[in-house]
Amino acid sequence: MSRLLPFFGFLLLVALFGFGIWWNTQHDQREVPSPLINKPAPAFVLPKLDDPAQTVSRDSLMGKPYLINVFASWCVACGEEHPVLMAQGKSIGVPVIGYNYKDAPDDAKAWLAQHGNPYDTVIVDQEGRTAIDFGVYGAPESFLVDGKGVIRYKRIGPLTPEAIDKELKPAIAALAKEQP
Amino acid sequence: MTHGFASAGAHPVRGHQTQRRSWHRALRALLPLLLFLLAGVAMAQAIDPLPFKDHAQEVRFQNLTRELRCLVCQNENLADSNADLARDLRHEVFDLMQQGKSDEEIKQYLVDRYSDFVLYDPPVRRSTLLLWFGPLAILLAGATVVVVTVRRRGRVAPAAADDKPSDEGDDW
Repeated sequence: MSRLLPFFGFLLLVALFGFGIWWNTQHDQREVPSPLINKPAPAFVLPKLDDPAQTVSRDSLMGKPYLINVFASWCVACGEEHPVLMAQGKSIGVPVIGYNYKDAPDDAKAWLAQHGNPYDTVIVDQEGRTAIDFGVYGAPESFLVDGKGVIRYKRIGPLTPEAIDKELKPAIAALAKEQP
Repeated sequence: MTHGFASAGAHPVRGHQTQRRSWHRALRALLPLLLFLLAGVAMAQAIDPLPFKDHAQEVRFQNLTRELRCLVCQNENLADSNADLARDLRHEVFDLMQQGKSDEEIKQYLVDRYSDFVLYDPPVRRSTLLLWFGPLAILLAGATVVVVTVRRRGRVAPAAADDKPSDEGDDW
């Protein structure tokens, strides 16, 4: 029996190794879960892309749920996400606010003119200061905010049709049930 | 450098002397490159000058940003990272310092936004107990196994010594 002990030890290590591999295929290691889920969205006031004189704030958006989608013209993954938003953005049932992150406004306008604009409104955070309050560490990222201004869901990385069907839409449906 | 080696390899008949000379040539060619790289390092540090009040504050800033993780590169700290976000966060840390916030308050500010992940030193919590004390537990378990094995063998060995002295060390 004691001769088999090293073998069992080896099996245990193999199992641990296998678990590690399995775990890493299920989870994106670069993904940092947001501590802001189910907490009030940070207060912000940001200018609109098409008219910087007008601003959009958390308080002005209060009352109805909305989706904030962080994007930038320099962001490659946003280009991947963009057709998905073009196809499904209008059908998810909440307004989609484009959050132009650390981008030159002219570049952002050109990008939207070239690829199409899936957003109901686009707000600009050129310095990325407000983004720090949101815990943004890259683009694209998406936040679902409910009518009370609470962040309910965050997607790190591009929204895919799969993510929209399996995560975003159920989250929006749950909000709709809360607020008849 | 590779060029030096390639020419030596192309004319193997010329032998050792040529090879050494080409080494020298390679080194001489490399020297400006090294200087250039060093200058680059110096420049990289000068790119991000922050108006510290005094040296003590700068040291505090360096120590603090070294304990914070860059979220983009993840295996780099804020002090070393060249990522855009890391620069923004350095400025944020700097601004908070100017406002008179303590190190703990600044860390909490970032943890509130980016979770415990920004800290290189994870706090002791129920969810991190295994992380903190797991290695110690494994060490103790290993030590227990060793002690028990040694004791048991010590008891068995004198009796077994008469029968099969050659089997020693094979069985553990």
